[in-house]
Amino acid sequence: MIVKAGIHSLLLALASLLASGVQAASVSGAGASFVYPAMTKWSADYQKATANRVNYQSIGSGGGIAQVKAGTVDFGSSDAPLPPDELAKFQLAQFPSVIGGVVPVVNLAGIESGKLKLTGRLLAAIYLGHVANWNDPAISEINPGLSLPNQPIRVIYRSDGSGTTFNFVNYLSKVSPEWKQSVGEGTTVRWPGGFGGKGNEGVAAYVKQVAGSIGYVELSYATSNQLTAVAMQNAAGVFVQPTDASFQSAASSANWKDAKDFYLIITNAPAADAWPIAATNFILMPLAPKKSEGAKEALNFFRWVYKDGDAAASKLGYVPLPDALVAQIEAYWASRLKH
Amino acid sequence: MSETRETLLSADALNLTDTLLERRAGRDHRIDALFRMMVAAAAAMVLLLLLGAVLVMWQGGLAAFGAQGWDFISKDFWDPANEVFHGLAPIFGTLVTAAIAVLIAAPLSLGVAVFLTELAPSWLRRPLAIAIELLAGIPSIIYGMWGLFVLVPLLGEHVYPWLGENASRLPLIGSWFAGVPIGIGLLTAGLVLAIMILPFIASVMREVFLTVPAPLKESAYALGSTTWEVVWDIVLPYTRSAVVGGILLGLGRALGETMAVTFVIGNANRLGALLEPGTSISATIANEFAEAFADSHRSALLGLGFLLFVVSFVVLGLARVLRARLNRQGGQR
Repeated sequence: MIVKAGIHSLLLALASLLASGVQAASVSGAGASFVYPAMTKWSADYQKATANRVNYQSIGSGGGIAQVKAGTVDFGSSDAPLPPDELAKFQLAQFPSVIGGVVPVVNLAGIESGKLKLTGRLLAAIYLGHVANWNDPAISEINPGLSLPNQPIRVIYRSDGSGTTFNFVNYLSKVSPEWKQSVGEGTTVRWPGGFGGKGNEGVAAYVKQVAGSIGYVELSYATSNQLTAVAMQNAAGVFVQPTDASFQSAASSANWKDAKDFYLIITNAPAADAWPIAATNFILMPLAPKKSEGAKEALNFFRWVYKDGDAAASKLGYVPLPDALVAQIEAYWASRLKH
Repeated sequence: MSETRETLLSADALNLTDTLLERRAGRDHRIDALFRMMVAAAAAMVLLLLLGAVLVMWQGGLAAFGAQGWDFISKDFWDPANEVFHGLAPIFGTLVTAAIAVLIAAPLSLGVAVFLTELAPSWLRRPLAIAIELLAGIPSIIYGMWGLFVLVPLLGEHVYPWLGENASRLPLIGSWFAGVPIGIGLLTAGLVLAIMILPFIASVMREVFLTVPAPLKESAYALGSTTWEVVWDIVLPYTRSAVVGGILLGLGRALGETMAVTFVIGNANRLGALLEPGTSISATIANEFAEAFADSHRSALLGLGFLLFVVSFVVLGLARVLRARLNRQGGQR
């Protein structure tokens, strides 16, 4: 009886699946895994609101760029922006989708989240292996109230290529000339030392397991795993906590006005309350799409995301784009994407 | 009278059926030929897929082989940001973890197989054999999670500090145990792999030990041999090549294992001691392929994949040849 009911509902589900596939328009996208949770939630909500479907495949930024260049998807997504000359070469438009960011986290007995303060240079020195013990004078100097243990620092990094790593090392390169020169930037780099965890969950697991460790994860992982976050000194010299407000401030204070095709990495943003390692995810779309129907639908989807997707994004640990930036993006669409 | 009639009739019927049979045979022949072609195509597809996989990886890796030359396999410097891909560290990690795994799993498997075939009471043999097969069926990610959450803290707190303290004073191999003993590293990866390949080696050994003719063993027992002597002087020499084949089968699995290794190896792309983090070919590919932007990076990863393919292929081929030798040997005796 139960089996029969199960088969019946299965058939119904199948039928509705087929039917909805015929009726509504569908959009396909592929790229960065960073936005995958948000995309999934958005597309479910969007389908409820408009009956249109958005299929997003989390295949990595590199894959997303390749797919949109080949024209096999309506939009691609990348954690690193493409430079304007490359966009021109492949006839692509580019705009930000949502803000995320990177939070350094530590495993130190007796130290609460947000209490430990670090500067960008110090963070680079730790990852370079120059500062190797928690009682190093360079750390205690800016943390006068904390009793830091005599314990070696265990460095943890992301072993898989990721936008998180890209933005983290981009920031280190901006604040430390030595980092820029000896390590550089990329989705994977040659780490001077330490242990690599696979994915945010891998880094979070390592940091929890290893006493005296420091790692870096996306904002949502820092809060949901109850890891000890670090307060960072920003470009204005102020120590800030990783919060929605400080991420949004980073995005609004960044100089988008002069960024052609939104080619801007918002690490080390200038505002006094800006989180220094904030990041944006980028959407790539062809200027002359093979299916103008899909491209139009994709724009409708992102228009909806900017207007109605904020709450869902915030709940998942992302930070919605500031209104001024959204206005700039819609102006950019009007001038560049005339389908 | 009636009899002759019947024979006449049946002869007639026979003539008739002859032509029918001929037609039928012709049709059968055609169907058979078609069937043969279809199954041959299915078999050929396997070969084509194999060849295709090798060719794609070879072709993909060509750019990296050309750009990096021999440094690709002889030097340790993996720097995707500056597009330098010298892959000695992952190659070293793959070989070392697999070697540790085999060194631990082979003697253990031998013990399991001997116990199961020679010593265990008969009511225990089947359940134990089934348990071993179940062990082989556990998905590798489960081993990885178990390794990270159970084995790593255990080793990092209790075993490795002691090992780092004492084993590092040993002559010759002391430097292998230097470094930061936090429980993540090449040795842990080797240990997890050992547990993973143990059921494969043990079940092959158990199977081939069962092929040893009972009269051989009984004669030895009759002459007063101990169980150990029977195993060492009768069973093992008789099955030697198949046992080595079984070990190589385990080695082949250890070389290619990805998920479990990635969890516990530490994913550090540089040469290091056994207690320090390292990486393997498969872990490096799994980590970096999805976000490898530069063509040279992709090519280097495909090139590493090609190397792994060749090594695994040779090891598994050797395993098959050695196992086949036992069957021939068994036939002769």
